Amino acid sequence: MATDDPLNAFITRCHIPPSGEGRLSGLTIAVKDNISTRGVQTTCGSQILKGYVPPYDAFAVERLKAEGATIIGKTNMDEFGMGNTTENSAYGPALNPVDPTRVPGGSSGGSGAAVGAGMIPLALGTDTGGSIRCPAAFCGIVGLKPTYGRVSRYGLIAYANSLEQIGPMARTVGEVSLLMSVISAYDPRDSTAQSRPFDHTPSSDVGGCRIGVVEEFFGEGVDHRVASTVFSAIERLEELGAEIVSCSMPSMRYALAAYYTTCMSEASSNLARYDGIRYGLASDDRKQWHHAFQEERQQGFGKEVRRRIMLGTFALSTGYYGKYYVKAQMARANVRADFARLFSDVDLLAGPTMPTTAFHLGEKSDPLSSYLADILTVPANLAGVPAISVPCGTVERLPVGLQLMGRHFEDERVVDAAFAFERVVS
Amino acid sequence: MRDEPAGTVIIGLEIHTQLNTASKLFCGCSTDYRTDGPNTHVCPICMGLPGSLPRMNRRAVEFALRVAKALHCEVLEEAEFARKNYFYPDLPKGFQITMYDRPLGVQGYLDIEGDDGEKRIRITRIHLEEDPGRLVHKGGGDRPKYSLVDYNRSGIPLLEIVTEPDLRSPREARRLINTLRSTLEYLRVFDGDKEGSLRVDANISITGYSRVEIKNISSFKGVEKALTFEITRQRNLIRRGQTIERETRHFLETRGITTSARGKEVEHDYRYFPEPDLRPLRVKDWVEDIDLPELPAARRERFVAEYGISINHARTLTGEFKLADFYEQVAHIGPVLAATWVADILLGELNYRDMSIGSVPVPPFIDLLTLVMERSITDKGAVEVLRVMLDQAAHHEMVDSPSTIVGRLNLGRTSGDEFIPLAREVIDSYQPAVEDYRRGKKGALNFLIGQVMKKVGGKADPRELGKIIESLIAESSPGA
Repeated sequence: MATDDPLNAFITRCHIPPSGEGRLSGLTIAVKDNISTRGVQTTCGSQILKGYVPPYDAFAVERLKAEGATIIGKTNMDEFGMGNTTENSAYGPALNPVDPTRVPGGSSGGSGAAVGAGMIPLALGTDTGGSIRCPAAFCGIVGLKPTYGRVSRYGLIAYANSLEQIGPMARTVGEVSLLMSVISAYDPRDSTAQSRPFDHTPSSDVGGCRIGVVEEFFGEGVDHRVASTVFSAIERLEELGAEIVSCSMPSMRYALAAYYTTCMSEASSNLARYDGIRYGLASDDRKQWHHAFQEERQQGFGKEVRRRIMLGTFALSTGYYGKYYVKAQMARANVRADFARLFSDVDLLAGPTMPTTAFHLGEKSDPLSSYLADILTVPANLAGVPAISVPCGTVERLPVGLQLMGRHFEDERVVDAAFAFERVVS
Repeated sequence: MRDEPAGTVIIGLEIHTQLNTASKLFCGCSTDYRTDGPNTHVCPICMGLPGSLPRMNRRAVEFALRVAKALHCEVLEEAEFARKNYFYPDLPKGFQITMYDRPLGVQGYLDIEGDDGEKRIRITRIHLEEDPGRLVHKGGGDRPKYSLVDYNRSGIPLLEIVTEPDLRSPREARRLINTLRSTLEYLRVFDGDKEGSLRVDANISITGYSRVEIKNISSFKGVEKALTFEITRQRNLIRRGQTIERETRHFLETRGITTSARGKEVEHDYRYFPEPDLRPLRVKDWVEDIDLPELPAARRERFVAEYGISINHARTLTGEFKLADFYEQVAHIGPVLAATWVADILLGELNYRDMSIGSVPVPPFIDLLTLVMERSITDKGAVEVLRVMLDQAAHHEMVDSPSTIVGRLNLGRTSGDEFIPLAREVIDSYQPAVEDYRRGKKGALNFLIGQVMKKVGGKADPRELGKIIESLIAESSPGA
């Protein structure tokens, strides 16, 4: 752990100068280590990509450079984004800037810690099932998961393609909005991206905005102190002129199962390319190929990654595909339909980002309890809708995040509500 | 399987053809890699580098849809790419992007000339996929020391065409492949001259026995060879009372045999699922907007009607798209003469030299036909000239103009007038034959023609000599 990085927020420090002048001129930024940076090692927090230096920049990185930002490091993360504590990093866990005995959240924990500690004003994270919003909530900063298709994934090293987005993390909603406007330009290289640039200056007017409060977001497993902190935040929005209505999302029951089945299935395929031929440890070339690559993957991947590859492989195999993958897609369609139904009535949905405050290091050693902590963030990924986490208070000095979700491509409205809230509490 | 008499050979094919787009299926790399060094036509996408994303080449889909339409396939509302997951060193992503339960076309057919007349072969499905890279094994013949990977081929668009088990002999399989090749070339989506542009897997069984899959047939001629070998092998096993194992076999092109792949390949579970990086393709409307060019059968009929040539010539000429084009460029000299020269003479000379029609320059061939048409050269002499032209073309030399070659080889036919004195001499010296001719013996004229021909060293048209001799005899006839 480098002395100038006591939180272990960075895997690689670098100095990538800007390529132009623009909205980010004079600003420094950190980039999560699963986003490709030309000439700078990009490991995804994994041993298997140690020493991998991409020959090209991710689209989002091209945009940062063109708009004048200086990239000063690649941030720590759960290996390939699989986790919500950053403890699954092959480079040691990052620590929470508020309480270093706790995790910063994950998987974009390094970005959350670096911004939370004030090392840098801005960072890029990625969010597959909450990986931007969770560390934002735990570190007391703002993080936006954009609408699926709003930011090009070109150069983002895939974990679960159909769920993940690159998004901005910063201390204020204004900075998040600025960074979002830089990275959301259209990129034809991502076939799932659409030409819907975010060109927006936040407004604090939430008058007439209908906000739905989802019952299930305050259900079993949600710390009551977190719940009441978030409730009072929602009341502040009501005071600002928003209309608060109660609503229900029954599909939440199957959301976690749908999410984990989908992301593990996709991951089992995405990670197949790390076979030891072009990346990873020097394998013993006297071995036969199928022995060599098995050994390579056994040694190069961490335990959680191997678990998810195996479960995903199982979910896609003949005889089980219909029972798992196909069913997960049906459950996912139900989540999507629930959101559509709710958004025909309300403009935004509100609830806590995480069911608890930041865990202690080592607290979530049981994978299932770790998975359960994602329950409030995965619905937005399953549906592809935008979601933001904005600090809304503390429980025992630990930050709590308010999560606001909006309709597809209404990231602006989500940002505005967070902006309005931020103005009244600060 | 329908009821077939015992012992019937049943064959179905899975044909992979490279589509001749300018760029690869999911990236902008050029497909023109064959003459360049390894790994020179690559980028992050076709190398499968982390973070790269496929971007669909619309031209490749358009090409595939042309084929779907020409093969009378049903095209569904949407087609969808899927991932086929397996580990192999030539597969940079650890999966191949292909199509699975939503292909581009299903339930089509192709009519071929079967063993018992015209026959309809049903097409099960066609779909688009990416070609993997290529392994080059190095050091020591059968037991290579190491292997290198060349990703130039990785991402080349491949069209997979699967037939129903409707073929009943290796010859029918060959005819299907040839008809398909011809159709693909007419659709301008395929170049069969390129090495590795066609690969075939064949399923073959003899009714009552297990099915065998032959993989790895990589040439047009190989299909018939591999199947013929396999039928002989299976029949021998049956005769000896041994069992035919249900297995996968590899065709060894150089030795013309198939060998068991047992032990080398594990049964794969490809774990197909929809490719999340690409959107489904809305193909039904797209295929409706496609206008097909003239296909072989239509062109054959047009050739007969428009040029007045025989159905056999028309069939030969239209069997290959480039050959038909070539014919149409030279037909104006004289359609029937041109048909004979292209279909019979030129094609024979090309086969002999293992050359393709593409290497024959059109203008000199037009000049040659003109010389023949004008009777400035004999047929025999013209063939000599053609051979010189083809030898020059084969050696990538400039092809001389036919008249230059005629001059150099002294093949020019001496003009009719020059024969008159010689003909007179012959008439004077062979009066008995002249008398025979006058009495109506046709053979006598041939004798006289032969005598003149001897004197000119064969450089004359016998029919023309006949006319000269006949008129000289008439002039000198007692009654004149």
